[in-house]
Amino acid sequence: MTDPGSQAELVRHSLRRRYRKERRFRFYGIAAIAVALFSLVILFTDIISKGYTGFIKTTVTLEVHLDGELMYLNDASDPDQIAMADFQAPIIKALQGYFPDAVSRADKRELSRMTGSYASNQVRDLLKENPGLLGSTRTIEFPAHDTVSVYVKHAGDPGYSIRLSEQQQRWTDELVRKGVIDNGFNDVFFSNGDSREPSNAGILGALVGSLLTMGITLVIAFPVGVAAAVYLEEFAPRNGFTDFIEVNINNLAAVPSVIFGLLGLAVFIGVFGMPRSVPVLGGLVLALMTLPTIIISSRAAIKSVPPSIREAAEGIGASKMQVVLHHVLPLAMPGMLTGSIIGMAQALGETAPLLLVGMVAFIVEIPDGFFSSATVLPVQIFIWAGSAEQGFVELASAGIMVLLAFLITMNAFAIWLRKRLERRW
Amino acid sequence: MRLGTITNPMNSDVVKEMDMPNLKEVSAPDERPAETVIEPGKTVGMPFTANPRFQLRNVEVFYGENPAIKNVSLDIARNEVIAFIGPSGCGKSTFLRCLNRMNDSIDSCRIKGSLQLDGQEIYSPGRDVVELRARVGMVFQKPNPFPKSIYDNVAYGPRIHGLANRKSDLDDIVENSLRKAGLWEEVRHRLGAMATGMSGGQQQRLCIARAIAVSPEVVLMDEPCSALDPIATARIEELIAELSENYTIVIVTHSMQQAARVSNRTAYFHLGHLVEVNDTSRVFTTPEHELTESYITGRFG
Repeated sequence: MTDPGSQAELVRHSLRRRYRKERRFRFYGIAAIAVALFSLVILFTDIISKGYTGFIKTTVTLEVHLDGELMYLNDASDPDQIAMADFQAPIIKALQGYFPDAVSRADKRELSRMTGSYASNQVRDLLKENPGLLGSTRTIEFPAHDTVSVYVKHAGDPGYSIRLSEQQQRWTDELVRKGVIDNGFNDVFFSNGDSREPSNAGILGALVGSLLTMGITLVIAFPVGVAAAVYLEEFAPRNGFTDFIEVNINNLAAVPSVIFGLLGLAVFIGVFGMPRSVPVLGGLVLALMTLPTIIISSRAAIKSVPPSIREAAEGIGASKMQVVLHHVLPLAMPGMLTGSIIGMAQALGETAPLLLVGMVAFIVEIPDGFFSSATVLPVQIFIWAGSAEQGFVELASAGIMVLLAFLITMNAFAIWLRKRLERRW
Repeated sequence: MRLGTITNPMNSDVVKEMDMPNLKEVSAPDERPAETVIEPGKTVGMPFTANPRFQLRNVEVFYGENPAIKNVSLDIARNEVIAFIGPSGCGKSTFLRCLNRMNDSIDSCRIKGSLQLDGQEIYSPGRDVVELRARVGMVFQKPNPFPKSIYDNVAYGPRIHGLANRKSDLDDIVENSLRKAGLWEEVRHRLGAMATGMSGGQQQRLCIARAIAVSPEVVLMDEPCSALDPIATARIEELIAELSENYTIVIVTHSMQQAARVSNRTAYFHLGHLVEVNDTSRVFTTPEHELTESYITGRFG
């Protein structure tokens, strides 16, 4: 028999050790969370610091005298003349107003590269719509040329190389001082589709494309996934065949997403002859990819409904269907939604399968339906990140921010929905 | 006659049995080899009554290959309270759950023999389980209210069975059921509150109200007080006495005092056999079978 005093001593000793262990374990946990938070902060800081300039556009505001003689245009309502006219000339003329000695051919070329390549189109469209403006003087805000914009925003930043000639740099400095060149909120970014010119490129097309694609994915994957989960959990007999299905669903969840793209290419385009690069197609492919995730999480949610609730309902005489619809599904719904959101978030950020079904095309138009050509946010970011023009770098970062905002909005909506459903029950 | 007026919470709280075919707990045969011989199908006492509600003949239940109930024959009379007692794993809960086919969801469970409710086979292929369960309600071991309001809990049964066409009818049913369950005065002002926020005893009475809201003929109770304290238990027992005027009640219990207090008849199960059935007073004062006597005197179980 151990004497009680020494036993208490032993217990005290082991207690100290246990508490130490506990403290250590808690420290590990806190450290892990700190690392996670730190990485998140770094990620956000990096993206935001690189990308916020994407939300700023550089503009050149000029008093343009719409001189018919200069443009070789005497009737702006004549489409033939419009097609032949030189709309760059009045812009150069307006710039020459600030720099009277820039008259040589080379100087003129450099002047024409102060404003974006679509500046002349702006003048043309203005005259096309209002032929009466010919001969008058208008104040027009042009997007600055990509190189000017990079110089204004990133002069001195080693990450960017300045591609302006010294003369152009001088001009730009001068114009900035005079307030002709100015920075403003980049509304173009939120109202345009893609473009070859960074100053003219926008995220809206990809945003709408993502929205349409996600809509299709949700509409297909959620009901099908939940129905499959309900059937497998509640109605399917337990036999080799259902085991086989279960194993395969679990395997599908681990299949690389690009395989689903190949499947979409072979089946939806090859066999069913669906059009390429449309949201319906992308949505279908992503729905296939998301299905296993939704099924697995939905089954787990159904399994976690306490059997006592099932018994209670059965005991009063609820039919199988009523037990499922009235009790199991509402109780499992929050879990199902969580799983679906994880699946949808995954699908939203997916690029690889969409590349294979043609959603990587250069699309300028904003998609106006499920069957119009579109691209999605991650693909747009991918395209921009690979573009040569420096202006696209910041656009890609800005695009990532938009993608993250989209994701957070989607998750917030799902959490709100889940909270609401939980309260109702 | 009422025996054991002091509730012994040990009896109801400590033993949590699932009544699955786990038969290893009974150690009696080692001690008393001569007396524990049970003749299959032989039940001492009075298993049969005239004009019974349930007529159960040669019932056998198997979980896979393991027999859980061995050749049990029993009648359950109208408006009686019959208690099933016996040691853990004796099959009393299994037998109870046969009466409204709650065993259906267990794949491995097979049932043989004849089980009739009012002369109709419970397990005939054409039998509608939903209709059966509307007539034979059930209250479970642990209170299991739906995570809904008190009102919705009681109204659920009438709603799915279409017992009330108008809101006012439904209100009446809910009020009546809650009154019968002795809960009305406590909850009348908070019918919209979540049922899961009530105390355990209240929850169990709510479950009883929910069961009787569909006007069943029989109420099965599977250890309804095992998760409750003595005060809540006493409340439920009073309720059982009141309900017995209108309903046939079959109650499984681990507390012999409870069986003695609430039931008219008591059935003693042992290792899947129905050993003895008799008037409660006789079972607890002059048991005929050795095993019954051993059990009620606390020698095992």
